[in-house]
Formats: sequence, structure tokens, C-alpha cells
Amino acid sequence: MTSSAHAPQSHSAATDNGHRSGSGRRTAAQPLNGSRNPPSTHSVIDCDIHNEVSSVEQLIPYLADYWKDYIRGSAFSSPSANDYPRGAPTSGRPGSVRAEGGQAGSTLQLVREQALAPWNTEIGILNCSYRVQSVRQEDLAADLATAANRWQIDEWLSPEPRLRGSLVVPSQTPARAADEIRRFGHHPQFVQVVLPVRSSIPYGNRYYDPLYAAAVEHNLVVGINFGGAPGNPPTPVGWPSTYLEEHAGMAQVFQSQVISIIAEGVFDRFPDLRIALIEGGFAWMPSLMWRLDKEWKGLRSNTPWVRRAPSDYIRDHMRLTVQPVGAPPDPRYILQTIEQLESETLLMFATDYPHWHYDDDSEAWPVNLPEPLNANIWSQNARSFYRL
Amino acid sequence: MTLELEISEQPQSAGKTKLAVIDTDIHNFDVYDDPVFNQIITDYLAPEWLEHHNMIGMRGHYGVGYPRHQPNAARTDAWPPSGRPPGTDLDFTREQLLDAFDMDYGILNPLAGAGGQLNQEYGAQLARAINDYQIAEWLELEPRLRASILVNYEDAELAAEEIHRLGGHDGFVQVILVTRTREPLGRRKYWKMYEAALEYDLPIGIHFGGSGGHPLTGGGWPSYYIEDHTGMAQSFQAQVASLVCEGVFEHFPELRIVIIEGGFAWMPSLAWRLDQSWMRLRRETPYLKKAPSEYIREHFWLSTQPMEEPRQHEHFVQLLEQMDNGSKLMFATDYPHWDFDSPDRALPATLPLEIRRNIMAENARQFYNLA
Repeated sequence: MTSSAHAPQSHSAATDNGHRSGSGRRTAAQPLNGSRNPPSTHSVIDCDIHNEVSSVEQLIPYLADYWKDYIRGSAFSSPSANDYPRGAPTSGRPGSVRAEGGQAGSTLQLVREQALAPWNTEIGILNCSYRVQSVRQEDLAADLATAANRWQIDEWLSPEPRLRGSLVVPSQTPARAADEIRRFGHHPQFVQVVLPVRSSIPYGNRYYDPLYAAAVEHNLVVGINFGGAPGNPPTPVGWPSTYLEEHAGMAQVFQSQVISIIAEGVFDRFPDLRIALIEGGFAWMPSLMWRLDKEWKGLRSNTPWVRRAPSDYIRDHMRLTVQPVGAPPDPRYILQTIEQLESETLLMFATDYPHWHYDDDSEAWPVNLPEPLNANIWSQNARSFYRL
Repeated sequence: MTLELEISEQPQSAGKTKLAVIDTDIHNFDVYDDPVFNQIITDYLAPEWLEHHNMIGMRGHYGVGYPRHQPNAARTDAWPPSGRPPGTDLDFTREQLLDAFDMDYGILNPLAGAGGQLNQEYGAQLARAINDYQIAEWLELEPRLRASILVNYEDAELAAEEIHRLGGHDGFVQVILVTRTREPLGRRKYWKMYEAALEYDLPIGIHFGGSGGHPLTGGGWPSYYIEDHTGMAQSFQAQVASLVCEGVFEHFPELRIVIIEGGFAWMPSLAWRLDQSWMRLRRETPYLKKAPSEYIREHFWLSTQPMEEPRQHEHFVQLLEQMDNGSKLMFATDYPHWDFDSPDRALPATLPLEIRRNIMAENARQFYNLA
């Protein structure tokens, strides 16, 4: 990797009408202030690389005979989820699908070439989106999760020491999720339990306590990731018509989960719990902090266990990955947004490979920031949060 | 942490400059179980619907209850000496709000659950009754007040009928619905309502509240009122996205939408995010001719309350800068509710005078065409 690979482009950030052109190359923000230390001088930890199951056939070797018969006999092909439509550009960047087909992000070789190599990434954290949470049959959901985790160890973690994994768990049944966490939590390469942001019961609910207890017991971060298919609508007002609304609107589901987790006292019950918000963007976070803090001032008697301002819990217990950035047309605003977080530790670099958000690797994190913020985002925040 | 951003306008010294005030969110009817509210309904309801009302009455998507912190969600001092429930006593609203803050105008937004009724026809009758109550007991008595036409928005034809009945009345300046609908508001089932509103050049106000039968969040049902209350902002965001992404503004280029009691600090990041997703996914919506943020800039206004309150003043300044200096923001108190934003202290006094003047009154004066 050369340092120029990460140097921001010098062309203008916005077109004449103040908006990025919708076609062609997306422009990068110009350097604004702070140091121009190229990121190559920092180590890079990528907190969101997807490793996807292309077909249930890959999990068959890890399943009991009963399930092999069941899957073949019922023609079960995959959990019912369409949160990453295969044809959508956001689901797979060009070149991320093998010639022979399969899901974007499903081969280690492409992850090495397209996600790890360009950044000389020191550590990459995998997030598998296999939606066992949408399998209504509890036993099948739990066993598919175990199979997916064994597959992750064999196909991803063992062959590639730079990778860390996230446990797939049947979070709709927290006791079974806890079993799964205890089954693999000791594995040194699993650093996280991953949950889809869309759920049928909000993640602050005490229902999930067994899951959180197991995660804390095994020193694992709980990562909440884009997507999910719980059956209930992705918005408070029903099903939108377009994937565009669902994709952009996922930020609101993240907001709802943050509200739930703080208000329902998860961090009061689990003071050591760490939660990463992955692939949800972060530009919405300042406004949510302001609103939540104001609501808490008026309504804190409603949830007396919340003893500090909600934004303080967020800064202490939560981190956010940077892609998709959800960046404003005026690059000054992204700096304002980062400043408004009032924290040097909240953001963690991520490519969200293979999802297509930026056109050139140099744009994966388009902002130059003063130290130590810069180094923190590239790797130090993740190193400390994930205890790598 | 300071990133040494340039702030374009230096805050002016806090002066006691007297600014005009227009309040864009005052409540004169609420959904609570109360004999006075019931009396208002029966006073104005069409006689042939009285038996239905007395036998069944209001019946929405039940099974949802988040006790609201205060009786009627009202300020404890907003109960009028007359014994009527907060917001329903014109004299007391004059005394405690219009006169106390020397308001030029106030916009009434009745909350009656009309659109949330399972019986669509009854919902429309309910809206009609409340609108007649607004004319007789508010608009005809107080020249500083304007009102919003309550409609049963879930049936656009019934909503359009009510708009046609009252759209020519000078006292009505808006059509009002609530944000938690059965379907996202961009859906075509709502378009006839927009068409009717445009015939009278009425904006559509989308107010806090409602119940459309869905879990209150994209992640399921929360447990506490603070989540219900804070979570309204996510519902508003879904409505903005829907109205933009379904192409409503390509079909109705003159349509104006007001977000009422949703706060506003979430709007810039929503627009950025929509633009980013649209850049990749634009082929899904070939009818959209420009970036989502452009539709938002042209078609959406927002009332201020509950105003987000950054800990640091300069962050509020940045927020306004990101929102074209607040040119689409209109002050609101949400009287008589507990989360009232006071005209004399809600907006930081250190903001430039021009911005305060516009937000406190001039934006609304122009938008609602008030003299």
C-alpha cells in the first residue's frame, strides 16, 4: 500500500447545485484541517467485513442427519430475508461476486484481495448476515447458527489469522443464543456477537438478558448490524414500497434500538457490556443524543434506573462504524457532526465490504482529522473497544 | 474536542429585543377519556351517528398503552379554573398563552384520533364534528387563531370530502394528520387527500402521535413512555423518506408538508443518508428526478418543538447552518402539553436576531399567509 492510496482527492466535494452527482465517481471530501498524516502511517482495523453464506449446502456438513433430511426434503434454501437484495448495488460492489456466482462477500480470497490488501489491514472483523433470527422453528434456527459458526471457524478464522469473527446467534430465543455464545465464546478469534438491527422485540428489553449475560461473561462485544428480517415492518408506519427507503431508513431502526437499550437499562444491568453499531452510519447520532438527553430530563422518573444523561451512556458503552458515512454535500458538516459527538473514541473505521458505498479505496474514510482522532478512528478505538 | 470550525455569524449579545411570536402548535382538543371531550363530540356529531358513538365510540388500534407522565400529558398549571381539561378553555388559553406571550397568531391542531378509527366512516364523522367545534368555539371568537382541518386520513376520499367542505373557510390554514399511520404517507392511497388540499393551497401538517397498528419501532414494541415519546422522531423520518421516495412531489409539485412536534435536528442527517442511498439505488425509482435532499428542501417545513438542545451552544449554531439558517423552522409551544417550549426561553437568545425573528414568527407568517 502506498500512502497516496489514501490521500483525499483534490477535486471539489460538491457539484454546482450543492449535491453530488448521482452517476460517475463519487467525489471525496477535501482535506479540511488538522494533520495530513496519511492513514498508511497508522495501522488499520476494519470493523465491518462481511463473510456470507452463499448456500445452505455450505452448512450441510455441520448439521445433524435429521436436518440434512429436513433441508433436502423441504427444499429449504435459506432463511427468509431480503434485506440485501442481490441485484442492489449496495449489496455488492462491482467485482465482489465470483465468476461462478454466489453471494458477494462469500469467498476468503476476494476478501483478502479487496478488503484486507488495499489497506494492509492489521485486523478485520467479520460480520456474517446469515439470518437464523428469521427461522421460526427454534431448533433449526439454533442448529443453523451453530453450523454457521463452525463454518466461520473452518473457512474464515482458521485459514486467516488477521480475521476476527462475530458469532451468529438465534437472538429471537435468547436462552439458545446464550448457549451458542457459551459454545464458542472461548474461541480466541470470536470477538463479537452479531445481531441484526431489525428485531421483533427491541434490544433494550429484559427478554435479552441471558444473551447479554453470556456476552459479558465471555468478554464479547455485542454488534448490532444493518438489516434483519423479523417479519414486522422496518418503519413505525408500516412497510415502505422501496428498498431505497428501507436502506436509508435503517438508520432510524438503529436510533430506536439505542433509545431502547438506554431507556430500558441494559447498561445499568450489565455495566461491562459494550455495543457496536455497525453499518448504520453515525451522522444521526448527535441529534439523537440531544433529543434523548432532553427527554430524559423531563421523563427520567419514568425509568429511574437511568441515572446519567443518555448521551453519557452512549459515549461510555457504544461505538459506531463509519461506513456508510451518510456524508453531507458540504464537507464542513461532517466535521461538525464529528465534533458534535463530543468524543474522540466513538467512531471506528470500517469498509463494510462488499457493500458498495464508495468508489475508490481512498474514499472509504474521506476525512482528515487532527490527531489523536485520526489514529483513533483508523484503529485505536477498535483495538481498545474489542480488546485486540 | 474542538475542530476549530468557522462559524459564519458571531452570536450577538443577548438583548431583550421584543420579537413577534406565532405559535404553530396549540391544542384545543385531545383524545383523553374525559366528559368534556365527550360532550364536545356529542354537541357537534351528526345526529345519526350519536347512537354509534354512545354504543361503541372511539375504537382504534387498541392494545397499546404508555401512560403519559402527566394527566392528559398536560402542564400541571394548564388546568383552567373552569374545571375543563387543558386546552379546551379559550379564555384560559388566551390568558396563559396568547396574551401572556403577546402572540400575533396561533395555529390550532386538534387531536381526536379521527384517522386512527377502525370504523372509517365514524372517523370521518368525528373529524367533521371537531372541525365544527373549532369554527364555533374558537375561530369565530378569537381573531388571532387559525385552525387545521382534522381529517380521517386513512380514507383519502373521506378526507378529501372534509377538505372540500371547509377548504374555503378563511380560518383554516392547514390539513392535519398524525405521523403514526397505517401505511407510509407516500403511498398512493393518500394521494386524493393531497390533491384536495392543493385545490385550496393548504399545506399538510403531520403531527406527533397516532397509532397505525404497527409496532412503534422498526425493532418492535418498546416498554416505556420515554421510548414512545422520543421514538416519534423515527416515525417522522420514515414519513419524510416515504413522501420523497414514492414520488409524491413529482406528482404534486406544489405540495407543502409541515412536520409538527417532531423536533428538527434529525433532518440534515436524514437528507444526507437518503442522498447517499439514492446515489446507488436510483434506478429503483426512475420517477425521481433529483436528489432526495432537494425534494426535502423544497417541500418540508418543521415546527420547532420539542427543540433539540445540544449541550454546547455552537452545536446549535451549526445545526441551524446545516438547515439554511432555519429558514424552514417555525416556532411552536405545543401548549398545553408538559413538554411545552416557552417562547421566551426556548431559542438561545445568543442567536443572531434575524434568525430568531424568522423562526419565532416571520417564517410562519409567510408560510401560512398571515397578515
